[in-house]
Amino acid sequence: MRTGIFTAQKADTPIHNLSGLTKLLCFLILTGAVMFSYDLRVILCVMVFSFIVLRVSKITFAQIKLMVIYVVIFLAVNAVLTFIFSPAYGTEIYGTRHVLVKLFGRYDITSETLFFILTKFMKYSSVIPLGMIFLLTTDPSELASSLNAVGVHYKIAFAFALTLRYFPDIQRDYRDISQAQQARGLEMSKKAKLWDRFKRALSIILPLILSTLDRIETITNAMDLRGFGKYKKRTWYSRRKLSKGDMFALSVSIVILLTTIAVSIFINHGRFYNPFI
Amino acid sequence: MKKEPIIAFKEFSFQYFSQSEPTLHDINLEIFSGEKIMIAGPSGSGKSTLGHCLNGLIPFSYKGEIKGSLRIKEEETREQDIFKLSKTIGTVLQDADGQFVGLTVGEDIAFSMENDKVLQPEMKKRVAKVAKMVDMDRWLTSSPYELSGGQKQRTELAGVMIDNVDVLLFDEPLANLDPATGKQAIEIIHDIHEESDKTIIIIEHRLEDVMHRHIDRIIVMDEGRIIADLSPHELISSDILKNTGIREPLYVTALKYSGIKIQPHIEPGHITTLKIDDSMKEAVAKWYRSVRIERVNESDIQVLSVNGVSFSYDKGKEVLHDVDFNIAEGEMLSLVGRNGAGKSTIAKLMCGFEKEDKGKILYMGEDIADKSIKERAERIGYVMQNPNQMLSQPMIFDEVALGLKLRKVPQDEIDARVKKALTICGLDPFIKWPVSALSYGQKKRVTIAAILALDPKIIILDEPTAGQDYKHYTEIMEFLRRINETGVTVLMITHDMHLMLEYAPRSVVITDGNIISDAPASVVLTSPEIIDAANLRETSLYTLAQMVGIEDETAFVQCFIDYERQVKHK
Repeated sequence: MRTGIFTAQKADTPIHNLSGLTKLLCFLILTGAVMFSYDLRVILCVMVFSFIVLRVSKITFAQIKLMVIYVVIFLAVNAVLTFIFSPAYGTEIYGTRHVLVKLFGRYDITSETLFFILTKFMKYSSVIPLGMIFLLTTDPSELASSLNAVGVHYKIAFAFALTLRYFPDIQRDYRDISQAQQARGLEMSKKAKLWDRFKRALSIILPLILSTLDRIETITNAMDLRGFGKYKKRTWYSRRKLSKGDMFALSVSIVILLTTIAVSIFINHGRFYNPFI
Repeated sequence: MKKEPIIAFKEFSFQYFSQSEPTLHDINLEIFSGEKIMIAGPSGSGKSTLGHCLNGLIPFSYKGEIKGSLRIKEEETREQDIFKLSKTIGTVLQDADGQFVGLTVGEDIAFSMENDKVLQPEMKKRVAKVAKMVDMDRWLTSSPYELSGGQKQRTELAGVMIDNVDVLLFDEPLANLDPATGKQAIEIIHDIHEESDKTIIIIEHRLEDVMHRHIDRIIVMDEGRIIADLSPHELISSDILKNTGIREPLYVTALKYSGIKIQPHIEPGHITTLKIDDSMKEAVAKWYRSVRIERVNESDIQVLSVNGVSFSYDKGKEVLHDVDFNIAEGEMLSLVGRNGAGKSTIAKLMCGFEKEDKGKILYMGEDIADKSIKERAERIGYVMQNPNQMLSQPMIFDEVALGLKLRKVPQDEIDARVKKALTICGLDPFIKWPVSALSYGQKKRVTIAAILALDPKIIILDEPTAGQDYKHYTEIMEFLRRINETGVTVLMITHDMHLMLEYAPRSVVITDGNIISDAPASVVLTSPEIIDAANLRETSLYTLAQMVGIEDETAFVQCFIDYERQVKHK
């Protein structure tokens, strides 16, 4: 059985064995830490930490390749846009101005702006592996129960989990339909014209939507018949009790968060680390 | 004092808001606590709608107008809600895959308790207990992908029983199961009925399979009405089955062919209760000797040869090992085996959807390894099980023309070929119609027409009769037989034993990626080892032959097949 992207894999690593709630909380705490701080040194530390965790959870590069590509493209575009809209932002923040390359008008490349963009780039890059770890090591039902535990309504949490849960099935449907359409003569090559490619996509997506709607009807009936939505709250069979490992992971995350705040307050006297003064 | 029925319909009728006419008319039915009832009827007879009325999907999810009364445990259903009803009537839906809500067996069984806010320790305890009852206690942490169809269904059953309901309602429990698993399902339902005081209602059209075990009463529905409410013996002895298009058990058909009058006193409802006396034995034996055995002439042109083919997905476990078989031109054959045996994989290799790791596939003696999916499709057509996954155009004409258009065939030739394909499929009156106006069976024929338009020499059909009642089964199969008679070779992937017996002179059986048998259906369905390996079940004809004292059961089954073909296609 092939599994697709965004599908949690079963494995026995310390990360997989944490409760979904712990992973969600750690993810949120560490994201908070990184979002709070603009200190490149702190961010790099968190980044190293998240890569170590990624390694520990035995996630292979092949699993996250597609996500990595999208993220890198997104971040690159973000960096360029930051420069275009506010080329002098770095100078405003750090209060100095070291021009590296003189372009036209206000578009000078300064060390300050470059440093700012680099910091921002690293900020996101250090959070994203944590998100991937959370998604890839938490099975959908634990995900739902942990979302519910942090206050998301269980219906929304469950809808989210079901989407992930049926993702492999829909991928399989997609492959089957696309194969049958290729047999009909649909050319899947990238040489086709844009309009043809659009029509081609349509002839796969239409049957896919119809068969997915069938699926949704069945599952809705099954859930109704077994009392889903009866009360404002529900319990979770698969929710794990917090173990020592969970406590440890949470403590580590909180320590990182506190350290980040401490560095800002006592060392940097602000959210930014300024190497230019 | 008269016992109060647990379920009572009184002059009940129901009309969906989306329909112009009522789906159920004048239903009067009483079901008593502890009874075991079968509700039978062809597709569209209203039997599923009746089930929906019982479990509360009607009127709480599917809206419509109710007239008359339906009382469950002496309370009018429409005044309750679906949650309250689900505590009395537990429903096992037909699509075990689609209704698997949890991510593991344990979680799925616990689903209804989660919604009732039961605390975790209590849930674990009750799940363990109920899982044991359906023999799933060793699978609590398995995900649905690791389970067979039967195991999924047992999980659903446990998930319903956990509520300690009074009534268990099974909506087409056999629809997605292979014959052996279906047989087990009926046995499990029977055991639960024996061990508890639960009322059992089974909605099915597969009469013979359900009557593998005792049934108190059979309610037959047709066109939204109850037309019979009889014991199995009385029903089998009547003309009702013939008139409603429900298939009678094969052993009953064989008895009738032998000129035996079926009457309630011989207890013909189940083959295990059937009382067969010497004169009946004599009649069957006489009929058996009188049947002319036909030999099919096989062409010696091999349209497709699979030579030593091995295959594995993503370098994982090998799913096909060195598979060898030939298909002669003009043949109609079935490829059978349990789920995951490799049947569909062979078809995918033939169509070029996947590429064999080893071996060759020859088309008319020529290696087609370098042919693309598109090129192969002009020679080997593939029809998916679910027509909704194939239909991509709003209009019938465009759907059938799609493959030709994509191959840049001139317009006038397209018109002619589409018309021809639709005529073969009996759909030419609908040439200007939208696809959405067609029934499921007609849609299936449109997909076949779309494949035939490309003029392939062989078509492969994945489960062509899955989920079809007898009438639609006959329609589709007769239609395939006609196509076969025009010279098209037909390969059917199936576990429908009736199909094998009636329409496929040859069956190739595959188990764990190996071909274990390549023989007539009569041989396959009378060999215990093959039946076991392929998750089939022995046909009741085999049992009948033994009861009558015919030593060569295979010959008896073959005799039945040949006789039937002679009667049907004269």
